[in-house]
Amino acid sequence: MLKKTTLAALTAAALVPVSQAQAADYVIDTEGQHAFVQFKISHLGFSYILGSFEEFSGEFSYDPENLAASSVSMEVDIDSLNTNHAERDKHILSEDFLNAGEYPTATFTSSGFESTGEGEGVLTGELSLHGQTQEIEMDVEHVGGGEDPWGNYRQGFEGTTTLTLADYDIDMSSMPESMQELELYVTFEGIRQ
Amino acid sequence: MWCNTRRGWGIVSIVLHWLSAVAIIGLFALGWWMTDLGYYDSWYNLAPWWHRSVGLLLFAATLLRLIWRVLNPTPAVPGSRFERLGAALGHVGLYVLLLVILASGYLISTADGRGISVFDWFEVSAVLSDLPQQATIAGTIHWYGALCLMGLATLHMLAAFKHHFISRHDVLARMLNPRFSRKS
Repeated sequence: MLKKTTLAALTAAALVPVSQAQAADYVIDTEGQHAFVQFKISHLGFSYILGSFEEFSGEFSYDPENLAASSVSMEVDIDSLNTNHAERDKHILSEDFLNAGEYPTATFTSSGFESTGEGEGVLTGELSLHGQTQEIEMDVEHVGGGEDPWGNYRQGFEGTTTLTLADYDIDMSSMPESMQELELYVTFEGIRQ
Repeated sequence: MWCNTRRGWGIVSIVLHWLSAVAIIGLFALGWWMTDLGYYDSWYNLAPWWHRSVGLLLFAATLLRLIWRVLNPTPAVPGSRFERLGAALGHVGLYVLLLVILASGYLISTADGRGISVFDWFEVSAVLSDLPQQATIAGTIHWYGALCLMGLATLHMLAAFKHHFISRHDVLARMLNPRFSRKS
């Protein structure tokens, strides 16, 4: 009887660290630059402008056994915008569009996740940009994960969403219809802490 | 005739002065106008192309002008001690503001490491890029520097008229033609 209880306790004790290791906290690997925040917006309906934000940080919690409990938050430095054209970047960052002087950061904090299939789902959360906060839904996918060759444990994801710029009080009224929206693409690896 | 003397300016200095004056006022007006152009305006890309090209030529002319000024004698300044001090400070201010505006303008367009084309004729490469918020900060300096320069240039012009019409000095005349410099 005593033996059995002890065994059960030992088994439970042995299992606890394992299940804890499943719901783990990760820091987005911006140091190794295995993380990107990019956008794609039409140029006059002729082609696309691609740009990225080079400075950001974030962390997430991920439990493959309990995906609904997963969460992620990110903070993006608006001034780090780069579209490979200094004068265009200056204009986008000016008061005409993103007004980086007044709104230097954009943030995203997830509020929920719903699985839509093996390794994919819809992440909901609050996006704050240009002083406006909107709830967005992002289609996300688990790309892969595991031990990396340098002694860390990683998980990687990607996600896309479409933002209507008017929702964030960004005035695109002088631009054609095709430029009223942009596609946001985020991909990152997190390193387990 | 070509060089400056203690009494007046030579042709090289006179030509550089007036070319700079026309370029500076033209660039200010062009810069003011072009930054308000709509995306669909046919000048939206062309006006900045002119502004950058003329600006870089003015940059080169200004460096030449300063070298020429250092190598040549500087004509004596008339007026009271107070006026001479004011003139010296004003002229240094004009040169400093001009260099600040030229350099900051260059730093806007080269902030991502790409050079600037001068009339599609040659390219001036970037030497300083990827500083934090480089284009935005350089743009702010460029704009306020230009406003200050316009203010100081107005004072410069008013002072020239005062010396010419009220004090009857030759400072304006000698900037028009080397022969108008008074002999004593």
